[in-house]
Amino acid sequence: MNKKYIVPVIYIVCLMLPIYWLVKMSFMTTNEILGTFALWPKEITFDNYIKIFTDPTWYNGYFNSLTYVGINTVISVSAALPAAYAFSRFRFLGDKHLFFWLLTNRMAPPAVFALPFFQLYSAVNLFDTPMAVALAHCLFNIPLAVWILEGFMSGVPKELDETAYVDGYPFWKFFVRIFIPTIAAGIGVTMFFCFMFSWVELLLAKTLTSVAAKPIAATMTRTASTSGYELGLLAAAGTLTIIPGAFVIYFVRNYIAKGFALGRV
Amino acid sequence: MSKISLKNIRHSYMDNPVDDIDWALKQMSVDWSDGGAYALLGPSGCGKTTLLNIISGLLKPSEGEVWFGDQEVSNFPTDQRNIAQVFQFPVVYDTMTVYDNLAFPLRNRGIPETEIDKKVREIASMLDLEKTLMTRASGLTADGKQKISLGRGLVRSDVNAIMFDEPLTVIDPHLKWELRSKLKELHQQIGTTMIYVTHDQTEALTIADQVVVMQEGQVVQIGTPVELFERPQHTFVGHFIGSPGMNLLPCDFDLGKIVYGGAQIETSNQLNVDNTATRFEIGVRPEFIRFADSGIPVRVEKMSDAGRFSIVETRHGEDIIKLLVPDGGHVPSESAFLQFDPKHTHIYADDWMVD
Amino acid sequence: MDNRRSNKKAWFFVLPVVALVAFNAIIPLMTVVNYSVQETFGNNVFFWEGVKWFEQVLNSDRFHDSLGRQLIFTGIILSIEVPLGVAIALTMPRKGVWVSVCLVFMAMPLLIPWNVVGAMWNIFALPDIGLLGYALNSIGFDYDYTQQPLSAWFTTILMDVWHWTSLVVLLAYAGLRSIPDAYYQAAKIDGAGAWAVFRHIQLPKMKRVLTIAILLRFMDSFMIYTEPFVLTGGGPGNSTTFLSIDLVKVALGQFDLGPAAAMSLIYFLIVLLVSWVFYTLMMKNEGQ
Repeated sequence: MNKKYIVPVIYIVCLMLPIYWLVKMSFMTTNEILGTFALWPKEITFDNYIKIFTDPTWYNGYFNSLTYVGINTVISVSAALPAAYAFSRFRFLGDKHLFFWLLTNRMAPPAVFALPFFQLYSAVNLFDTPMAVALAHCLFNIPLAVWILEGFMSGVPKELDETAYVDGYPFWKFFVRIFIPTIAAGIGVTMFFCFMFSWVELLLAKTLTSVAAKPIAATMTRTASTSGYELGLLAAAGTLTIIPGAFVIYFVRNYIAKGFALGRV
Repeated sequence: MSKISLKNIRHSYMDNPVDDIDWALKQMSVDWSDGGAYALLGPSGCGKTTLLNIISGLLKPSEGEVWFGDQEVSNFPTDQRNIAQVFQFPVVYDTMTVYDNLAFPLRNRGIPETEIDKKVREIASMLDLEKTLMTRASGLTADGKQKISLGRGLVRSDVNAIMFDEPLTVIDPHLKWELRSKLKELHQQIGTTMIYVTHDQTEALTIADQVVVMQEGQVVQIGTPVELFERPQHTFVGHFIGSPGMNLLPCDFDLGKIVYGGAQIETSNQLNVDNTATRFEIGVRPEFIRFADSGIPVRVEKMSDAGRFSIVETRHGEDIIKLLVPDGGHVPSESAFLQFDPKHTHIYADDWMVD
Repeated sequence: MDNRRSNKKAWFFVLPVVALVAFNAIIPLMTVVNYSVQETFGNNVFFWEGVKWFEQVLNSDRFHDSLGRQLIFTGIILSIEVPLGVAIALTMPRKGVWVSVCLVFMAMPLLIPWNVVGAMWNIFALPDIGLLGYALNSIGFDYDYTQQPLSAWFTTILMDVWHWTSLVVLLAYAGLRSIPDAYYQAAKIDGAGAWAVFRHIQLPKMKRVLTIAILLRFMDSFMIYTEPFVLTGGGPGNSTTFLSIDLVKVALGQFDLGPAAAMSLIYFLIVLLVSWVFYTLMMKNEGQ
């Protein structure tokens, strides 16, 4: 390999070190971890993973997380589709202000909303349900979805719409049968990012749940504080949370910048 | 300034070229004499830009040598070759003023400011850029930007050659004319070797003294516009240059006689009896065909008006033969006979003209 | 975005989005505003307090301290991540299979749940069993982030750099990729050196994406909560208590709703103000 690629290589190695450390620990018993400093596990054990897959308090955490993340992704994308279409195709009263207002919600510190959210969702009897977290995450995921989709839709020539009208397609038929398949890639990317941002968030998810809908992230923090330092178990649980991202990242590799930059790249 | 020679150049973008088709540039040797105005003409993908980049050093050829005068420069990087190049899309440094853009190549070479100032103003006046000299380059129109690109090539007095890679592609048609004549004028003033890449024959024929025609990675002919028109060395040149292009008619070669449409055809060049080519064609431009009382029997099929003359399309068997008839000339209505001008009728064996 | 048709019915298209976001944004915000001007002792009994809480928060040393820490933290990570990200983006291959490999590996940290990031570093930096802590101590540094504020800051910053530099890299790289080859070729022909190429070609073309990168990094680092909370819990002492951590302590820990609400609003306004400036810049760039 070329000498000038040494910088990216070193950078990637640095990025991987903490991840390696986590994965390494997940194959060790807590006693071995706490016992000595070791660069790799002496004896590989799968006990931590077995525990997670057999103990309901653990695997329910994953199930709960995936549930609200899934619901959120569906709601965000389906609500954002028509809105993004309107922003990319039409001029209407207050469009620019609305666009910026949506962005401001991406700027709202979740800590600011933690308490009022707790009260709001208690008031509407949704506290401790996946729905509460799914709706709360709409706060930042809908603006994100609208912005990313708008970026993709603006890349589709308006002539497509006009041709469809001339051919006599009613609007909804055009939208569902022609337009949505055209921006399928954009929808996939948007779903990925909604999924991701809902998946990595913890503060709101933790605040809005207590027992029944507890997300995996919260299970991890509570386990850390209650049952002492179950480090091996914690590491295995952490490793498992990295997997969904690592799994699909390859498919969106060329859109990662676009997704993080709210479709503005 | 000096003569530029390419010696046995060959280039492939692949690591291990096997087939003929893997070579973007087939083996060639070309000399560009000092001060000449050359056009490199050919369809997209024929290797024009590759050839240009090899001369400027942006690309190192897989095989062969590049010589400037009596010095080999094959291993010289671009900035040591003293080449100026103008690209298809205007390249300007957005953050700089027009003045700074023009001064940039000189400043990079450490030329004193007083000299730079003189040179920049001289070029700016040649290109009518004086008024915008102190404005930001980013705000200009496409042709304004392209003028800056041209200017950056022209300010350097020491260049061995200026190369243009389809520089007028993004320019409005009416400005194309203006810039083209400007270029021609500048070449006469400066006298630097100029290599102009284009796929537009009008552009090539008006700008250049010598046209290099390329096809599928090889040079098929180098010649003056008149030579290309009157004696195309390859069927591609005949077909590509001229509008409409040359008529190419498959013919029989029988015992030293060229036979087409049942009649023997007289051509400017002769074939050896023992020629082993598999394919023979007669090439004759529409300008050198006329209706006659006898000759090759054809049916008149179509006629279109092209200004001072009409293009008449006729058919002989499978072949379409086009000819030009001056305005007011007589065009028979259905069947007719054609005569080819023997001085401008050539025979091609396997696409190449035989001498 | 322009040359669009005017359409009054377009509002129906955006209605679901507006409804959902308004439910999540406006109602809670009203609650916050409500609390910020009243005093409560539970049982839904409220007393009007006017701007008392705002005055209290704005004059409290505690708020000044956490705001100060927040500004220093954001300043430091921006001044590390942006140049570092640009530098790495510049050295990345421009095409070929290695591009995908780089992108996939570099994006990994961005996709890890934030509490896992915190937990990961919590262990990685331990002086006895963590690689980082162990390595630093064995080359002679007295390093223990659970005890020393300086070590805690170092770890928090390093963690954020680890977590988010890739975002800057990806954005800068996207900007670099949009530069046509002809620019680099022209620069070679003009005899420009590496610095001139960076200064006059690469940097101007990256201006837009870098504005976005700085905006995002400002916003997100200003809101940072989960990672330092899991890593240090705001300690040792209050040394890494940033605005969000402090806010949650006040609101959920001490249940001082009035001051917490006032603090929330001030906090939100600061983020909004700075972001608005960047947003305006960004849109201006986009208009060009």
